[in-house]
Amino acid sequence: MLPALRLGQEVFGYLSPAVQRLAADRLGTSPARAEEVATFYVMFHTAPIGRHLVEVCTNVSCCLTGGDRLFEYLKHKLGVANGGTSSDGRFTLREVECLGACGTAPAMLVDEEMHERLDPKKVEEILGRLE
Amino acid sequence: MSETLILTKRWGKPDSAALRTYRADGGYAALDKALGMEPAAVVDEVKKSNLRGRGGAGFATGLKWTFLPKDVRPRYLTVNADESEPGTFKDRYIIEHDPHMLIEGIAITCYALDIHAAYVYIRGEFAKQARILEAAVEEARAAGILGSRLLGKKDFDLEIVVHRGAGAYICGEESALLESLEGKKGYPRLKPPFPAIVGLWGKPTIINNVETIANVPWIVANGGDAFAALGVGKSGGTRLFGVSGHVNRPGVFEKPVAYNLKKLIMEDCGGVVGGRKIKAVIPGGSSSPVLRGDEIDISLEFDAVKAAGSMSGSGGVIVFDDSTCMVRALARISKFYAEESCGQCTPCREGTSWMEGIVEKIEHGHATAEDVAKLEQVAGNIGGQTICALGDAASMPVQSFVKKFRDEFLRHVEERRCPYGDHGWGLDQSSRPAVVGGVRY
Ligand SMILES: Cc1cc2nc3c(=O)[nH]c(=O)nc-3n(C[C@H](O)[C@H](O)[C@H](O)COP(=O)(O)O)c2cc1C
Ligand code: SF4
Ligand code: FES
Repeated sequence: MLPALRLGQEVFGYLSPAVQRLAADRLGTSPARAEEVATFYVMFHTAPIGRHLVEVCTNVSCCLTGGDRLFEYLKHKLGVANGGTSSDGRFTLREVECLGACGTAPAMLVDEEMHERLDPKKVEEILGRLE
Repeated sequence: MSETLILTKRWGKPDSAALRTYRADGGYAALDKALGMEPAAVVDEVKKSNLRGRGGAGFATGLKWTFLPKDVRPRYLTVNADESEPGTFKDRYIIEHDPHMLIEGIAITCYALDIHAAYVYIRGEFAKQARILEAAVEEARAAGILGSRLLGKKDFDLEIVVHRGAGAYICGEESALLESLEGKKGYPRLKPPFPAIVGLWGKPTIINNVETIANVPWIVANGGDAFAALGVGKSGGTRLFGVSGHVNRPGVFEKPVAYNLKKLIMEDCGGVVGGRKIKAVIPGGSSSPVLRGDEIDISLEFDAVKAAGSMSGSGGVIVFDDSTCMVRALARISKFYAEESCGQCTPCREGTSWMEGIVEKIEHGHATAEDVAKLEQVAGNIGGQTICALGDAASMPVQSFVKKFRDEFLRHVEERRCPYGDHGWGLDQSSRPAVVGGVRY
């Protein structure tokens, strides 16, 4: 089920009820099972998101090295709250839990790619490269 | 005395993840040796080694392996690469720098336990690491190391499957991990029965952490006694300690299991940023009770840290300097557990969000002294009342933070604000270059 939903999300962008039903049909199980799984895991999206997903860790080790400030900075820059999408549809920003990069904190994921030892300048560069 | 390096020896060498690099350095010779031994003799070496689980609980690995019922087949091995406990960041580097060491460990373990299918459950956020591991498994299969004949020598089927998670801390808990592997949401199962008896798809299943399994080739190559001799008492070998927070050189350090915590921070990590004092240290991941700066001159060995009132857990050491607000730190930790509680048990679901709410209230200066007492009471009512250990993991930080830094909690109440204002995470929050097994990041 997890690989099926991941594939569905890659192809369709997010897991709408129709995509969930498709995954369930292919696996010969009920749409309720697909929905249960789609809503349990944070990497699955059941609503549309921006073209790029920016996920900033604000757990302890990241905050001790500036992760909190980085997240505030990004909220300001993109003009969004946690979970919001910038008005141009380019970025969805959200706060996430420890990414296993505590030694090279602060860390964020952009479209599932990990970026570490961040500061605002580095973040500008990374986001600036994206359409 | 030169330090013995088991896990980090090849990290940072050119093409360290490639099969030819591993083979040129003697890789897969331990598997070859194991194939010439009786499976039971391999298990005996692991028992003798005093290897204890590196995933958190520190359970004796050889002993765990003997819990498999004798005549039930198939059996499965699942390797836990979920690595989601805040402060923990070591397994990913084993996979990045030396995936074949893990694959050889899996192959030897499976041979020893007559297992023909192994699953590596890797957290979804480790996309790069999953790609590296999948490529290494493919390389080993193409070279005839895995497949229907181990090392091309012994008729023994072995398939290794890399399974990606999708973002849920609870899936690191072993029975939730099995549910997730089976394609469900990660709800921990009631125990007993333990996974060694009823595990994946109802079959006997051994679950071990990545670092635990990565030690197996060295144990077979050098003998269980040599591994035991690197440690003390009932704990053998070296360990990966990940140090983060306010230190000059954060990173992953391979040290004997009984290495001194203060020495690790003051020498290996070059001390605290700005030469400030250590206020507190979390010694084994966010679930382990916090220690005060004057309590850290201890051995990191599992039983020693337990005797000091905490847990060596996952080996994730988080250092707070004396400019940090401990209430703010606890608020963040409590938020984490409230977010990650799967919600199955009422004491955990309700208790974690209550604790989060009360700590937030204290941090923002809206609480009374009764709230602090209430917080301790709520924390005291979760432990031992739940299906899995997340309940305990959430209450231990709360209990220890309040006990050890009560003055600070009460100051928030008295002053009706956070005395640290804008810099609760410390005066110097900048990132520093990390050293990971000798490699600079
Ligand atoms: C809430 C929770 C989260 C856990 N997360 C992990 C994890 O991310 N990685 C891990 O190896 N073990 C984790 N564990 C421990 C596992 O349940 C299990 O004990 C371990 O993987 C066994 O391997 P070991 O004996 O080799 O340590 C977690 C336990 C709990 C209760
Ligand atoms: S203790 Fe918490 S996380 Fe564990 S099963 Fe119960 S509700 Fe879920
Ligand atoms: S706390 Fe941010 S990566 Fe671990």
